[in-house]
Amino acid sequence: MSNWFPENVSTFGGDVDSIFWLIFYITTVWFFITEGLIVYFAFRYRRKPGGKAAYVLGDTTVQLAWILVPLAIVVVLDLVIDIRGAEVWAKIKGQPPPADVTVRAMGKQFNWGFTYPGPDGKFGTEDDLQIDNDLHVPVGKVVHVILTSKDVIHSFFLPHARLKQDVVPGREIPAWFQISKPGEYEIPCAELCGFGHSGMNGKLYAHSAEDYEKWHKERWPEGAQQTTTKG
Amino acid sequence: MSSETSHAPLGFWRSHVFSTDHKVIAKQYLSLGLFWALMGGATAYLIRWQIAHPDTEAPGWGFIAPDFYNMLVTMHGTIMVFFVAMPILLAAFGNFLIPLMIGAKDMAFPRLNMLSFWVFFLASVVLMTSFFVPGGAAAAGWTGYPPLSAKMEYTGVGWGMNLWLLALALEFASFLLGGVNFLTTAMNMRAPGLTWFRLPVVVWMQLTAAVIFMLSVGPLIAGAVMLLMDRIIGTTFFLPEGGGEPLLWQHLFWFFGHPEVYVILLPGLGIVLDVISVFSRKPVFAYRPIIYSTIIAGFMSFIVWAHHQFISGINPRLAMPFSITTIIISVPFAFVIFSMIATLWRASITFSAAMLFALGTLGVFIFGGITGIFNGSAPVDIYIHDTYFVVAHFHYTLFSSVFFGGFAGLYFWFPKMFGRMMNEALGKIHFWLTFVFFNSVFIPMHLVGLRGMMRRIANPMQYEFLKPLEPLNQFITLSAILLLLSQLFFVINFFMSLARGKAAERNPWQANTLEWTTTSPPPHENFSTTPTVHRGPYEYSSPESAEDWLPQDQPLNAPRAAAR
Repeated sequence: MSNWFPENVSTFGGDVDSIFWLIFYITTVWFFITEGLIVYFAFRYRRKPGGKAAYVLGDTTVQLAWILVPLAIVVVLDLVIDIRGAEVWAKIKGQPPPADVTVRAMGKQFNWGFTYPGPDGKFGTEDDLQIDNDLHVPVGKVVHVILTSKDVIHSFFLPHARLKQDVVPGREIPAWFQISKPGEYEIPCAELCGFGHSGMNGKLYAHSAEDYEKWHKERWPEGAQQTTTKG
Repeated sequence: MSSETSHAPLGFWRSHVFSTDHKVIAKQYLSLGLFWALMGGATAYLIRWQIAHPDTEAPGWGFIAPDFYNMLVTMHGTIMVFFVAMPILLAAFGNFLIPLMIGAKDMAFPRLNMLSFWVFFLASVVLMTSFFVPGGAAAAGWTGYPPLSAKMEYTGVGWGMNLWLLALALEFASFLLGGVNFLTTAMNMRAPGLTWFRLPVVVWMQLTAAVIFMLSVGPLIAGAVMLLMDRIIGTTFFLPEGGGEPLLWQHLFWFFGHPEVYVILLPGLGIVLDVISVFSRKPVFAYRPIIYSTIIAGFMSFIVWAHHQFISGINPRLAMPFSITTIIISVPFAFVIFSMIATLWRASITFSAAMLFALGTLGVFIFGGITGIFNGSAPVDIYIHDTYFVVAHFHYTLFSSVFFGGFAGLYFWFPKMFGRMMNEALGKIHFWLTFVFFNSVFIPMHLVGLRGMMRRIANPMQYEFLKPLEPLNQFITLSAILLLLSQLFFVINFFMSLARGKAAERNPWQANTLEWTTTSPPPHENFSTTPTVHRGPYEYSSPESAEDWLPQDQPLNAPRAAAR
């Protein structure tokens, strides 16, 4: 069942997956109990000649207990799922860790426009670099992405990092991730954004430290050595 | 109440077309809903074909361009929710059953009832027209999120989108009229002795659905008018360049949209409870708590809406309260489900076609309820939001209610509606094929979603990480085509039985509720004499009766009414 998901390559992806599996194991048990009872009762209590159903109203405490006790267990398990889930949610969508790298991403029909601040670490200066659809980041560093949209709602989706965030025009929405394994991963748009929605797809290049340094030098040959920026 | 109805025979137009008889209106809703179901099925076929065999010609249709694909997904959702589920589950069953089950001659406002159907008919015409205007039909998803839906330049769709909004507004008006009628009728026209807690569960569920609908639809109508103004006269309610807010629409839409889910779920569950009780020959387990659970779930449905918006850009701190209410709302539904299962315990079960579909609803709905826990968990939703996991989930909940539940109701009440029996063997074949192919469509669809496949993409082969899913998608499409073809067994059975089915007696299933005490089909004004009710609707296998049923209107220690 490990190949149910794309390979996880982010630091918090495992947390998302662990909540998924927590719910999966709890609900699988319930699934087999309930469906099993239906099949068993259907077989066991099928109509037989001369047989008569029991007159059970389910209005006494003892009878209701057969439902209320399982229900109480459901409530407890619901709370377990929520409490465990709240931690993971806060980690991903709450206050992010300080940024090592900050990039701006603008959704536009039908591309991701990425803006890098350049060696000075500031946006809106001459050394800014704009590239459509290619997002270069170092592995193991906290990357902040400031999401904006030029036109309609898009959704910034990194399936391998278990990250998704809608991108809403008129707003700047922050997102962050930290990739744990070098490689190339896709950045599809996950919200219907027009006739070119299908195929709106960027690419995340997660470089090792040396490769990222190399990429940075190629882009800003005379730039300062500073590769980290403050968000 | 229906004082204008006379006993003089009405002409064809008054008795079959512009009729005020709730039974005729129910059949009109049913026919129009089934027609739209064919359209919904056709759009499903084209969607599935394009996903499995992108950019090839769909047999019987042709090439599906990306903008047309967006119209297909938009119209599939719109049609299935608003033009199939609502007219069949609410309007058809509600109209047919409420007066009959409460022992009334007709609805409280028969002419309002007729108006509600013809407003819905107009909505249908408008929606159908929208396919044929320049630019094509609406293509912004059935949820119509602005700015995509608010400006023509973003989709290329012009009047198609305006007509879509107009059709929805008309349909909401129609169902508001219907809801008022349902409530007034049930409040004022119950037969003597028929107290609130002697009403069949299906009536309770219809009424709860009507209340939820009436309370939730207002904000969406306001939203629809604002969106229409953004499109036509250049306001910017939802457009940030003019100071508007795209997320406002999402709040208005889902404040309505989530209660709406229960509007089309509850009547299905009600049908299933009634059918299960009849064919188990056993009272519904925990009747009153079920009704309390339904009402609680109805109220709770108003405070879960933002679970559709966890990652929409709302303040992340809002997510956990909505995640908690969402997971808690599983409790009243779990109660109803457990009660259904408990009803089967020590029963005496006959597996009629209606019962098979009722049990199918139960089995399938449990699966959908369980996958809802994943969606309701905010952190898991970060990953599975807008993927096929969500699509698979809501088909498990809604297909179970609308189609499995709807078919259970049709096989069960067909004799009362049309005075003829349906063919049971064909019905059982229909069930098994539907059950098998439904699951072989939607179980794999969860897996496709977990691999990250997004909703509403026309061509998964444009993505490296989705390419390995091609065989699975082709399997799903093949199963979907077989699922659609399986419905032929129903269509054939329906028309064959209508024309040549065995004549139905008053009470072919030996059921207790009032609709079975009159002829099949019931005459104009339903009952020769108003029935008097002595007990609840589910007194099956009661020790008070020698037989395993005890009609609601039968006085104890008195011979059963001779007329059959």
